[in-house]
Amino acid sequence: MCARHRQAGIDPRRLAVCAAVLLAWLAACAVPSAPPTELTVYAAASLADAFTELASVFEAANPGARIVHSYAGSNQLAAQINQGAPADVFASANTAQMGVVAAAGNVVPGAERIFARNRLVVVVPKDNRASVRTLQDLGRPGLKIVLADRAVPAGAYALDFLTRAEALPEFTADYSQAVLSNVASYEENVRSVLGKVVLGEADAGVVYTSDVGGTARDKVARIEIPDPLNTPAAYPIAIVKATKHAALAERYVAFVLSPDGQAILARHGFLPAAP
Amino acid sequence: MPMALFLFVPLVALVAGAEPARLLANLGDPAVASAIRISLTTTLVSLALSVVAGTPLAYLLGRRRFRGRGALDTLIDLPMVLPPSVAGIALLLAFGRRGLFGQFLDDAGVSIAFTSVAVVLAQTFVAAPLFVKSAAAGFGEVDRDLEQAAQVDGATGAQTFWHITLPLSRTALITGATMSWARALGEFGATIIFAGNVIGRTQTMPLAIYIGLEGDLSAAVTLSVLLLIVSFGVLFLVKGVLHRRV
Repeated sequence: MCARHRQAGIDPRRLAVCAAVLLAWLAACAVPSAPPTELTVYAAASLADAFTELASVFEAANPGARIVHSYAGSNQLAAQINQGAPADVFASANTAQMGVVAAAGNVVPGAERIFARNRLVVVVPKDNRASVRTLQDLGRPGLKIVLADRAVPAGAYALDFLTRAEALPEFTADYSQAVLSNVASYEENVRSVLGKVVLGEADAGVVYTSDVGGTARDKVARIEIPDPLNTPAAYPIAIVKATKHAALAERYVAFVLSPDGQAILARHGFLPAAP
Repeated sequence: MPMALFLFVPLVALVAGAEPARLLANLGDPAVASAIRISLTTTLVSLALSVVAGTPLAYLLGRRRFRGRGALDTLIDLPMVLPPSVAGIALLLAFGRRGLFGQFLDDAGVSIAFTSVAVVLAQTFVAAPLFVKSAAAGFGEVDRDLEQAAQVDGATGAQTFWHITLPLSRTALITGATMSWARALGEFGATIIFAGNVIGRTQTMPLAIYIGLEGDLSAAVTLSVLLLIVSFGVLFLVKGVLHRRV
């Protein structure tokens, strides 16, 4: 109807009627009911699998809610939030990065809650061609080790482990230095560390135990880090002050802390929030 | 006008976000200095590699008609179109010590991944096509009559190339080289996957900016501003040279 024009040019009145009809039809079709409320969750890279499952369970229990995630190193997420990124909830892999966000006034001070813990573990490729069997082996010259960068929580925790080990008699006094001189790359998120070990491009890497659950389990072998040397990573979660969905954000955080949420996290290899 | 503004405003915001005092202080940081050094040396090497190895390819592409030319042309486009991280994964799978090609190198004791050689290779992979395409276009546009005239006068193929073809395609070659260098300077995704990130060995300026030097945003801004100044300076210089000679 609108495409026919017998005179030169299109009759503007006809065009206006056509446009109005089209818009009204589109409006009627596009909004059958209220649009879902989107909650944006900024979460550390190590939380990716667990949070995806948490989101689908939460969305099923809360029709009308939709969770959108952004996963990256916690330091990057903290910087983005401080620059005004539209996050509603921030789940960090260490309290330091939550502190960065709190210091800039972007979370309510004291509102953060620890929702999970994690531990470090050394992983080596399944075929372990470099024969890395003990923690001491990591200091052997010529190895290619991959760690997360110190700016990333996993990297900071790994450096802690090395410093603590050095103080023990079972390790040489220059253990930390020996291991660090073997480092071939400081990755910007812990999943990249795992990736390089899985590919066999690194002889060993330090990742979270939660990273070794799931698909990676069969592709790597583990060397445990005993408790005295292991920094229990504490993951805090908090609602971002500038959120426009405070009520939904509170429900979400409550869910993460609930027994159901904790069970999902445990299934993905995380330790419970309460030690 | 809106486009010019859109391109201009973020750069102004970047410079405005830098504090001059911290800028100077950060320049003294050894990590910052080594990032600058690594970036400049690796990009110069990858530029040289792109030009030396890319010119024959560009000549072939720009001048000869042969079966499969279209496929070759598309192949050369691929590294420019691929997301850089895909390029990085591909390079790792090819030249890493368990890689398709790399495993043989590894047996011979040669290791490429996680070295500055890998930085150069990653940069060359993504940036060389920019030079090759521009050079090919330049070579293709050279008037054959001029070349034939030279050969009638007794010039050899090589002399014709050096004295006729090359000068006449100079603008395309310089533009291509500049774009290639700029792309290499900004290369991040392929570098961090294939070459890794170690301060003083493989951490280029873009890597240092991204990792934020231990979460310190001010150091990242310093490097960003520096990258901006270096890029602007070189591009300005090159444009000046081109306009003067043309």
